[in-house]
Amino acid sequence: MAVFILKRLGLALLVALTVSFISFSLLFMAGDPAVAIAGENASSEDIAVVNERYGFDRPMIVQYGDWLGSAVTGDLGNSWYFDMPVTELIADRLTVTMKLGLFAITLALAVAIPLGVAAAANPNSMIDRFALFLSVVGQAIPSFWFGLILIVIFSIKMRLLPASGNETWQHFVLPTVVLGYYATPAIMRLTRAGMMEVLSSDYIRTARAKGLRTRKVMFKHALRNAIIPVVSLAAVQMGFMLGGSIVVETVFALHGAGYLAWESIARNDLPTMQALILIFSTFYILFTFLADVLNAWLDPRLRVG
Amino acid sequence: MTDPILSINNLTVDLPKAADRAHAVENLSLQVMPKEIVCIVGESGSGKSITAFTTMGLLPQALKPSQGEIRFDGHDLLKLSKRAHSNLRGRRMAMIFQEPMSALNPCYTVGDQIEEMFQQHTDLGASERKARTIKLLEEVHLPDPPRVYGSYPHQLSGGQRQRIVIAMALALDPALLIADEPTTALDLSTQQQILHLFKELREKHDAGIMFVTHDFDVVAEIADRVVVMQHGKIVEQGTAEEVLNRPQHPYTRLLIDAVPRRTRDVPEPITSREVLKVSNLNKTYHMAGGMFRPARTIHACKDVNFTVHQGETLGIVGESGSGKSTLVKCLIRLEDPESGVVSVEGKDIALMSRHALHPYRKHIQIVFQDPYGSLNPRRTIGDQLVEGPVNFGENRAKAMERARELMKIVRLDPEVLNRYPNQFSGGQRQRICIARALMVEPKILIADEAVSALDVSVQKEVLKLLNEIRDRMGLTVLFITHDLRVAAQVCDTLIVMQQGDVVERGTVEEVFGAPSHPYTKMLLDAQPGKHWNVPDVSTLPPAVA
Repeated sequence: MAVFILKRLGLALLVALTVSFISFSLLFMAGDPAVAIAGENASSEDIAVVNERYGFDRPMIVQYGDWLGSAVTGDLGNSWYFDMPVTELIADRLTVTMKLGLFAITLALAVAIPLGVAAAANPNSMIDRFALFLSVVGQAIPSFWFGLILIVIFSIKMRLLPASGNETWQHFVLPTVVLGYYATPAIMRLTRAGMMEVLSSDYIRTARAKGLRTRKVMFKHALRNAIIPVVSLAAVQMGFMLGGSIVVETVFALHGAGYLAWESIARNDLPTMQALILIFSTFYILFTFLADVLNAWLDPRLRVG
Repeated sequence: MTDPILSINNLTVDLPKAADRAHAVENLSLQVMPKEIVCIVGESGSGKSITAFTTMGLLPQALKPSQGEIRFDGHDLLKLSKRAHSNLRGRRMAMIFQEPMSALNPCYTVGDQIEEMFQQHTDLGASERKARTIKLLEEVHLPDPPRVYGSYPHQLSGGQRQRIVIAMALALDPALLIADEPTTALDLSTQQQILHLFKELREKHDAGIMFVTHDFDVVAEIADRVVVMQHGKIVEQGTAEEVLNRPQHPYTRLLIDAVPRRTRDVPEPITSREVLKVSNLNKTYHMAGGMFRPARTIHACKDVNFTVHQGETLGIVGESGSGKSTLVKCLIRLEDPESGVVSVEGKDIALMSRHALHPYRKHIQIVFQDPYGSLNPRRTIGDQLVEGPVNFGENRAKAMERARELMKIVRLDPEVLNRYPNQFSGGQRQRICIARALMVEPKILIADEAVSALDVSVQKEVLKLLNEIRDRMGLTVLFITHDLRVAAQVCDTLIVMQQGDVVERGTVEEVFGAPSHPYTKMLLDAQPGKHWNVPDVSTLPPAVA
């Protein structure tokens, strides 16, 4: 197991390094960065000044090394637009997004897995139909619309929950429901399909032939095998929630990292974009790594040769 | 006289409405005594497994017992609550399944899975549970029980896994042991050991054993009593000696008549020209090593040499891992051999480039083991048959004409060409696969375990058909099999493979009559039912239906 983790960790680091290089070179792919800073109508003298000040005239690989060196120590440069250190800017926003992401994935898993198991255990029953209904609706409703509906009902009509901001836990309830519901259908359908397949397998028959109680057959023998693909999917969903919750953050005016990404794209704020891409992708890599480790723990075929 | 352990009286199990018959099992009565092995024999769909599953209370939900009783331990199992039935399972009755590869949960160690029996049904402490489990592993003769205890199923071979399942079934010394085709998926030598284990169990324990099988040689090896089933009904039952040697019912006679004989008519020696000559064929697989694992090299074919003449059937016999499948893949160039010569009518194709090979591909055609998996379920039979010739540039209408002809040769109605594979039985599909192979007029036909998945009576017909086609079309046949009886029936010459080596070769009479290599001797010795002289049913008195 230790060997397996070390290998995966090495691989994850390599991927992270590659991503960091790609995200750095974005700066140059988007056109001449000096022109971007100096403005469309800048004179060549202005551009030369910018070039010198930011060091754009040095070879790219040197600039990358420089940037990576400071990134490792936590210095991601200054935001061109907000004119403050990117690290500070992001740290603030990321807390909000991480809270939202964690709440949402927890909600999604807590709803999707039990419902998926129950649906698989009783195919074509009322609970299976209900689960199907829930997932079809969840896939069909766009997040922004669902968010607005919730605001109308719970904030405007019933005045139970705040519609925007991020000060108290109440502010997170509606966004969590919207974002969590978005991730629920896929996880639930995968759990159901996995359980259906596992429940018809020979080793479940063996477990039943041993006289084990249904609960033990379902949870010890079936769920552990069925959950393996769900772990990988949840990792991807989680990564998506950290970077891709822009719509939900906008609807609820939660000033999180997703919202910041959108802002920095609109304002051509390259250092912030670079840093966000680096952080989002690092999270993706981290979650994938954790999912791999968790799966290896669940499935001995992955760790014992 | 002791009381029976299990007594099934007038059991009927209904099939769902849409099925082709009303009952899976109809009016079935049988008994199992202590220390007795009762074999239930029948072909697929005879209801033998359903009988076993009903007794265990493991029937699929669609099937319902509608009548009769199953007396066991003073209860009628059909009237027992689900909970009470599951209390008996594992403790008083245990089951061993056909597929050892998938019968164990891949996520837990085998020790853990055996211990579950004690956890569920006893109050034993952890150390006692472990000690009992290790003792069970010893009893089923697994090597190094403490190591096996901590192993996961994927680290064990099929035979070892089947021993684990047996150990699990024996854990609480049940009164009734039900085994559903427990050796069908195993190699011959492993089957011999497992059958031996069953005989040992009969001596050591008091359990009655219900043994479901389709193989009369296995019956001859271990049965005390035999129950023969057809279409859900018992057609004959009696002591093993009676049923095997003096079968009364026409169906039993049909089955016994289909058992491949150990001897056959001596064929005329073959003097025709060489069609296929393989010399010094080598294939190795390299498993790349990892950071912490050394690389491995598996020599799947070592300097294989043989020659086959026109009209000859060469049998290639070996257990799993013997290299026979690799050899086949090299011959049809699904794998590229490393060195050697595969000469088809004088043309060496072994190391030809893919492009140069194309016109020669049609000379060697193959029929695979699994008739269900080898036809595309979404295309009609006709489409699949003409695909080959069309690929080699033939006109579709002409190819369709040939397909109709071939369907007649394999004794199927040419009108069925527009149907889909799911409308055919296993035996019919295998005929279709043979027709498909013959569409491009090959010179060599390879049958790779082509009858292994079929019921004995169907097997017999397909073997007959293969021989007929060979003689009629002057084909050369390579017959790959693990089943010595089948090989003895259809082959002219044999080669026996073990771990990539050809260890024995000669005519069927030479190899089976006077084997020289220890491995061949071992294989022949492992054959179940050796002491049983299959009776010639045509000499028996008239059948009683």
